[in-house]
Amino acid sequence: MSENMKPVPLPRKYFTPTVIILCLIALVGIIFISARLLFGIGAVTNLSNQYPWGIWIGIDVAAGVALAAGGFTTAALGHIMHKEEYHLITRPALLTATLGYTFVASSVALDLGRYYYIWHPLIMWNGNSVLFEVGMCVMIYLMVLYIEFLPIITERFIGRVNLPGFLGKFNNQIDKLLRVLDKGLNKTMFVFIIAGVVLSCLHQSSLGTLMVIAGQKMHPLWQTPILPLLFLLSAVSVGFPMVIFESVITSKSFGLKPETNILSGLGRMVAPLLFIYLSFKIGDMVIRKTFVYLTEFNTASVMFVIEIVLGIVLPLRLFMSPSIRRSPLGLSIAAFLVIFGVFLNRMNNFIVAYTPPYQFTSYFPSIGEISVTAGFIALEVLLFRAFVMIFPIVSIPQPGTSKTKFSVRGV
Amino acid sequence: MANQSRRDFLKTSALLGAGITGLTSKPVKAAPKNILDENRMGVLVDTTVCIGCRKCEWACKTAHNLPTQPLESYDDRSVFINMRRPDDKSLTVVNEYPAQESNSFPVNVKVQCMHCDKPACVSACIVGAFSKEENGSVIWDGDKCIGCRYCMVACPFQVPAFEFEKALQPEIRKCDFCFERTKIGKLPACVEICPMEVLTYGRREDLVELAHHKISLYPEKYYNHVFGEYEVGGTSWLYLASRDFSELQFPKLGNSPAPGVSEAIQHGIFAYFIPPIALYALLGGVMWLNKNRKSGEEEQL
Repeated sequence: MSENMKPVPLPRKYFTPTVIILCLIALVGIIFISARLLFGIGAVTNLSNQYPWGIWIGIDVAAGVALAAGGFTTAALGHIMHKEEYHLITRPALLTATLGYTFVASSVALDLGRYYYIWHPLIMWNGNSVLFEVGMCVMIYLMVLYIEFLPIITERFIGRVNLPGFLGKFNNQIDKLLRVLDKGLNKTMFVFIIAGVVLSCLHQSSLGTLMVIAGQKMHPLWQTPILPLLFLLSAVSVGFPMVIFESVITSKSFGLKPETNILSGLGRMVAPLLFIYLSFKIGDMVIRKTFVYLTEFNTASVMFVIEIVLGIVLPLRLFMSPSIRRSPLGLSIAAFLVIFGVFLNRMNNFIVAYTPPYQFTSYFPSIGEISVTAGFIALEVLLFRAFVMIFPIVSIPQPGTSKTKFSVRGV
Repeated sequence: MANQSRRDFLKTSALLGAGITGLTSKPVKAAPKNILDENRMGVLVDTTVCIGCRKCEWACKTAHNLPTQPLESYDDRSVFINMRRPDDKSLTVVNEYPAQESNSFPVNVKVQCMHCDKPACVSACIVGAFSKEENGSVIWDGDKCIGCRYCMVACPFQVPAFEFEKALQPEIRKCDFCFERTKIGKLPACVEICPMEVLTYGRREDLVELAHHKISLYPEKYYNHVFGEYEVGGTSWLYLASRDFSELQFPKLGNSPAPGVSEAIQHGIFAYFIPPIALYALLGGVMWLNKNRKSGEEEQL
C-alpha cells in the first residue's frame, strides 16, 4: 500500500456492447413504466386481490434495500470504526447505495395505486404501521445519502465551474457557494454519517417486521417474530459482499487492477457475519420446530433449502478459505452467492412464503413486471457507469508523492 | 415460547431504557384513537336459515351505487358452482356448500368484511386511512389512501379489494357496514332486505348472548361455536352454523388480535425513541474514540 490512492473521474468511452444491451433493457422497462402510468397496475402486472404485492415490492424494494446495505456497512467500518484503509471503497459503496435507494423509492412510487399521493405519510401519521416507519426511514435516509454525496459533487466542481454562454457570469458566485457548502459539510458530515447508520439499522430490520402482520398467510418456514433481527443480520452480511462484487466488476469494466488487498480484508469479515446470521436462522427453525416442513417436497421447502445452502452455507465456507479470499475470482464468486442468498431470502419472504387463504390462481410475475424490474437494474448500472466517469468515485494509484497516504476527503 | 422470550426481551429493554433516562412515569399513548365502544353494533349471521336468495348482494350493490343486474337475475343458482369472494365490484357474496348427507340441507354463507374489533388493516395502513368507528364499522378514508395495498397483505380474511384496472384514483373497496345508512338510523342494506331474517343487527354484546342462547336452545341444530366471538380478538360480524366452520372455508385463526405481534415489535424498537437515540449516541462515542485514538497515534509518529 505504498502507492498514493486518490479518487478521480475515469474518462472512458461510455458505449460498449454491454452498455448498449443495458440501454435496450432499460428502454423496454421505461415503455412498461409508461404503460403502467397510463393504463393502471392491472394492465401491466399479474397482481390481484389474492396477491396484492409482487416482485416490485419483493425484489425492487425489499431486495433493493438489502443490497444497498453496502453504503451503511462501509460507512460504519470506514468512518465510525475509523479504518482508514477502507476509505477507498466508501465512495463506490455510497454511490451504489444512493442509486439503489433512489430506485427503491421509484419502484415504491410505481407500485402505489396513487403514486401522486406518495407524500401523504409525511403529514398523515400512523405510528402503529410498520410500513409508515419503513417509509419515513427510507425517505429520511435517502436525503442523508444525497447529503453524504454532496462533497463528491463539490470536489468535482470547485475551481472548475464553467457554465456555458451568459450563465458564465455566475461562475464565480457558484464557485463561492460550493466552497461554503464544502466547508460546512466537512464539519458536520459526522452527524449525517451516524444518522445514516442508525436509519439503516431501523429500516433494514423493520422491513422484516413488515410481513409479521400477514400472520398465517405466510409460510411458517419464514414467518417468525424475529424476522426484523434476521433481516438486519442478513443486510449487514450482504453489505461487504456487495461492495466486493461491485468493485471487481468495476475494475474489470474499466481495465483497472482490482484492490485485492482491501477486498480480501473485507472478505475476512464476511464469514463471521454470515455465521451469526446462519445461527439465528437455524436456531429460530429449531425453536419453532419448523424443520418439519422441510420433509414436505414443495416450492417453499425447496426455496428454503436453496436459500440456506447456496446462499449462506456455501459462501460461508468459501469466505473462510484464505486462498479464495486472495483471488479476485474466488472473492467475486463467494460474494455473488451471498448476494444471491439475500436476494432469494427477500423474494421468498415477500412472494414465495405468501399464501392467500382463498387462492384461485398462483402468482407469477408478468412480462411487464419483469421488464420494469430489469429496466430499473439496467438503469442503475448505466447511471453508476456515468457517475464513475464524471465524478471522483473510484480511487486509482496516482503518480508523484504526497504527504498523506489517503486523500479521500469527506465521505 | 418464542413469543414469550421476545416479550421478556422487550420488557427488559424497555426497563433498561426507562432506567437510563428516568422516564418511569408518563406512559406514551401509542394506541390509535380507535377505542372500542361497548355499545358497538354487530350482525349475527345464522347460516342455518339462509336460503341463498342473494338479495343481500343486490341490496349491497344498490346501496353503494355499484352497477348491478336486475334483482330477478339473482335467482340464478348456477353461480354457486364456484366459490366466490368479495371484490371491488361486489362487497358481499353468498356461497353455497353442498349437503353432506341426504337428510341435511346445503349451507349458504354470506361473506363480507368481518369488521374486526382489533383490525389488522387499521394497524397496517401507512397513512391511517382505515378506522374502527364507535358503532363498530371499519371504514376507509379515500382522501388519505395512497394505494399501497398493505391492508390487503395484513387482512386475515382476505377482504379488502383494489381497483387494479384504474390508472387514476383506484380505490380500496370493502364492506363499510353501511356507515352512511346507519349514521341516519337506517339498517345496513343487507340486513334490511333479508327475507329469512338470517341477519340480526344489534349491539355486539347482545348478539353474542343471543348466539349462545340459540345454541343452548337447539344444540342438535348448531355447531357449538360462535365464529367471530374470539377470533382475531373478536369481530363485529358473528356467525352460527350447523357444521364445523373449517368445512365452510372460514379461515382457521387464533384468538390473538389480528395485528399480532407486529405492533409490539414496532413499539419495542421505538420505545420512547430510546433505542434509536441510544444507538446514535453509542455510534457517536465509538466514532469519537476511534478518531482520537488514530490522531493520537499519528502525533506519536
